[in-house]
This record gives sequence, structure tokens and C-alpha cells, in this order.
Amino acid sequence: MRALVPVLTVVAAIVALWYGGSVWLNSQWTHDQAARVGVEVSLTGVVADTMMQERPVLPAPHQVAKGLWDGVMGQRITSKRSLVWHGWITLSATMLGFAIGTAAGIALAVGIVHSRAMDLSVMPWAIASQTVPILAIAPMVIVVLGGPPMNLPPLIAKAVIAAYLTFFPVVVGMVKGLRSPDAMQLDLLRTYNASALDTLIKLRLPAAMPYLFASLKVAVAASVVGTIVAELPSGAVAGLGARLLQGSYYGQTVQIWAALFMAATLAAGLVAIIALVERLALARMGMGR
Amino acid sequence: MKDNAAATPVIEARGVGLTFQTGDGPVHALKDVSLVIGKGEFVSFIGPSGCGKTTLLRAIAALEHPSEGTLSVNGMTPDAARQARAYGYVFQAAGLYPWRTIAGNVKLPLEIMGFSRKEREARVRKVLSLVDLQDFGKKFPWQLSGGMQQRASIARALAFDADILLMDEPFGALDEIVRDRLNEELLKLWARTEKTIGFVTHSIPEAVYLSTKIVVMSPRPGRITDVIESTLPRERPLDIRDTAEFIAIAHRVREGLRQGHGDEI
Repeated sequence: MRALVPVLTVVAAIVALWYGGSVWLNSQWTHDQAARVGVEVSLTGVVADTMMQERPVLPAPHQVAKGLWDGVMGQRITSKRSLVWHGWITLSATMLGFAIGTAAGIALAVGIVHSRAMDLSVMPWAIASQTVPILAIAPMVIVVLGGPPMNLPPLIAKAVIAAYLTFFPVVVGMVKGLRSPDAMQLDLLRTYNASALDTLIKLRLPAAMPYLFASLKVAVAASVVGTIVAELPSGAVAGLGARLLQGSYYGQTVQIWAALFMAATLAAGLVAIIALVERLALARMGMGR
Repeated sequence: MKDNAAATPVIEARGVGLTFQTGDGPVHALKDVSLVIGKGEFVSFIGPSGCGKTTLLRAIAALEHPSEGTLSVNGMTPDAARQARAYGYVFQAAGLYPWRTIAGNVKLPLEIMGFSRKEREARVRKVLSLVDLQDFGKKFPWQLSGGMQQRASIARALAFDADILLMDEPFGALDEIVRDRLNEELLKLWARTEKTIGFVTHSIPEAVYLSTKIVVMSPRPGRITDVIESTLPRERPLDIRDTAEFIAIAHRVREGLRQGHGDEI
């Protein structure tokens, strides 16, 4: 627990900076209000006011904390005001997209490693796909999949966009991992006259596991981002992205920040779960040192 | 000296040449190599680096393909022999899979070759005791010393009962004390299993101590300069290395190596 002191110091510094920022950014409004009614405000009055505005430019940490608390604990979890409910909508699409993207990424990597033609033809597209801004492509996917004639539920359309961001780190990591066995290990299997399938299952896939887990951590965070971006243009009323969008329509900055923190917590939780699975899996494989 | 001439030839090379095409032009790794290895022989290939000893072993294993001449293993092409799983190959590094236990590593070729579960267990037990690792089956490779890992890799090569064992500087990375012990154990193993062994080394004492036949090679192009039939008995305690006969053979190997170098300096 020696790390506790530096960790708390950093957290305290961030909170202090944040409060400073709140006072600085929100004081303009305080001054404007005071000027309108023609009163003088003291410095302490300004500081106190910047901490409790209804629609601050930058909400103070305790306002965001209260917003989070109200959103998570203050509502029935089935309520449309509940961050748990919105979080679940986002999480379900994230998980579906993550599963699709991971499966597609692994399948593509296996193909790329085994076929020179695929290596040459698929990899450039995979890279090109990631240079397209997700914000540009998400509305089109929502329209194509969610609108007529397909009329797929929003969950599917959002999962597709999440998968679009998920598959890329998985492909890159898995290609590297599947190619990680050295010439000697491949020669050894040739002396057994092993098939390509045997080589894949017994050597390449196990050797790729550490690479896969590193990729999955990047991919799951990207998957959360993809889902939230997909929730912005869908006219959706559900999900953290919708919550963000509503907040910005109505200038509810506290609501925006609370939703952002919810999303960050969600992503951090998912990364932590993958790290835990990684530790258990590699330990079971005798590589957990 | 055994009846090598009468023994069934297991490996036959006739005029084998092998040229690698590189960016700097062709490299003649092997040139006009002819050699017969009989059943049950222990043959060492010795020479400086670049003499093609590893390439020759790899060609026998069908990991490289000669550009000239003919090479046969068990009366077949090397490729057919590889497909018939005619040999076990031991590399310089143990190359055990870190995610498999020692027993799991030895089981690897047996799984690929489709042995039944019961048969696999029995064979793993048998070969692990052959290399004196019977109590280490459940350990992971990183829990074993380098010498023990190399013994496990020998067990892996023995597991599927190939008649030929090809070893590419298997003890090259180990210290001399461990190497002496493993050499002694290898001879016992050879006596017990009656395998034909091809063994690449760059150590003269190791080659003389182990072999019934020593193939001396020289570089650029890789070729055979001398083939020495050992006169040492099959039973070889470690102190045989102090006998006059041993020293005489070692001397002849050294002469062969020097000759190979002479014409290029």
C-alpha cells in the first residue's frame, strides 16, 4: 500500500485543479448576473456561486458527484432518469459489438496469417477502415441498418459500430501473436508432419494469447466509445450517448459530466475484467509470471 | 568396431549439393556430399560454423531440399520419410511450449500423430523415465534447469518411437559438467533403444566420445573431408577420454578439421 500516498496526491491535485477551473470558468456568469441586477459581489461570493450554478460551464467535482449519485442511487433502475438503466443499454450494445468484433478480428487474423492473398488484400482495408472518422460513418450505419427496409433494432446497429472499432486492435494483435512462434518451433511441427490446423491450434493460438489480451483491453474501451457515438445520432432516448446528447441540448452540463463519468467507469470496469481474465488464463497456461 | 558395412543402410546421400540463393549471390551450403549411415550407428557431424553440418541434418529431415544429388531415408525420399514420421528431431534449444507441462510437451507429437489417450499416458511415462524426468511431468518448463529442459525435448523426440534420432547441437548451450552427464546418458539411451542417431556438434571430445562414425566437414563449400570409423568399444565410461585410443581418434579429427581449413587460408 506504499502506492497509496502518491495515488491520493495525484487525485487531490486533479480535484484541486478542477475546482480552480470551475471557479475561473463559471465566474463570468456570476459577474454577468450581478451586473444585470447592479450589485457588487465579493470574492467569496463569486467562489461560492461558481460552485452551485444550475448550468455551470464546468461543474464542480461535488456537483458531478451528486449528479452521479442521483443518477445511480436516486432513481429506480428502470427509470429513464437512472444512469444504471442508460448504462445497461450502452453496456449491452458494447458487449454484443465487442463479441462480434473480437470474433471477426480473430477470424480475419487467422486468414491473414494463413493466406498471402488475404494478407495483401484484407490488411489495407482494415487499416483504411480505421482512418474513416467514426462520427462520419455512425449516422449512415444507423440509417442503413435501423431504417427501412432493414428496420433492425437499435441494439444491432449500435453493436455493428462498436464492432467496427473493436475488430481492428484484435486483428493487429492477433496477426502479430499468431506469427510470434519462431522458425524452430514451426520446424518442430513440420518434423511431426503436423497439419496447418494442428499448427494453429497447438502452437499459434496459445502463443498468441498474451497478444490477444493486450488487444482486447484496447478493443473493449474502443467498443464503449463506438457504442456511445452510435447513440448520438440515432435520435435515441436510451443509452449514455443519448443522455449526453440530451444534456447538451438543454445545457445540463452536470448531466453530461455524470454520463461521461458513468461511461468512463464502465470502460474501466470492462478493462479490469479483461485484465482479471488475462491473469487467470495465463496463470493456468503456466505463463502467469 | 561393429559390422557397419553389413548393417542395413538407413540414410544414404549420393552427390548431394545444396545451394541457397541469397541477395549476395548463391551460397554453396553443401557440395558433393556422399555418405551411408547404417542402422544403429551413432554418427557425429563435426566442423566449423558454415560447414553445412546443420544443413545436412536438416536435409535428411526434409527441412531443406537438396538442389543436386539424391538423398534417401529408410529407402524413401526425405519428404516421404518425414510424412512417415521416421525420425525425431532435437534442436539446439529445447523449444518446449511454456504453456504446456513437461508431460504435456512430450505428449505434443503423440496428440498430433493421433495416439489414443491411454497410449499417450503410457508413452509419456516411459520416455520421461528414460531421460530420468519421471517426477517432473507436472512441472512447467520454466521450473526446470536448461539441462532438464533439453532432456525433456529428447524425451519428446523419442515419444513416438521413430527409429532415427537427429540432434542438432542439442547440448551446445549447456555448461560442460551438464554436457558430460547428458552425453553419458545419451549413450546409455542409445544402447537401450538401438536407434540410429545423427548428431551435429562442434566439440571434438563430444564427437569422439559419442560416435561410432565421425563425419568431418569443412566450409565454403560445405563438404565432407574425412569419415572416421571409431575403434572405441560401445561401452564407454567417461574416463575413456583419457585413453590413448581416444586421443588418437581426436587427433585425427583435429587433423581433418585443419586440412579443411588449409586450402582456403
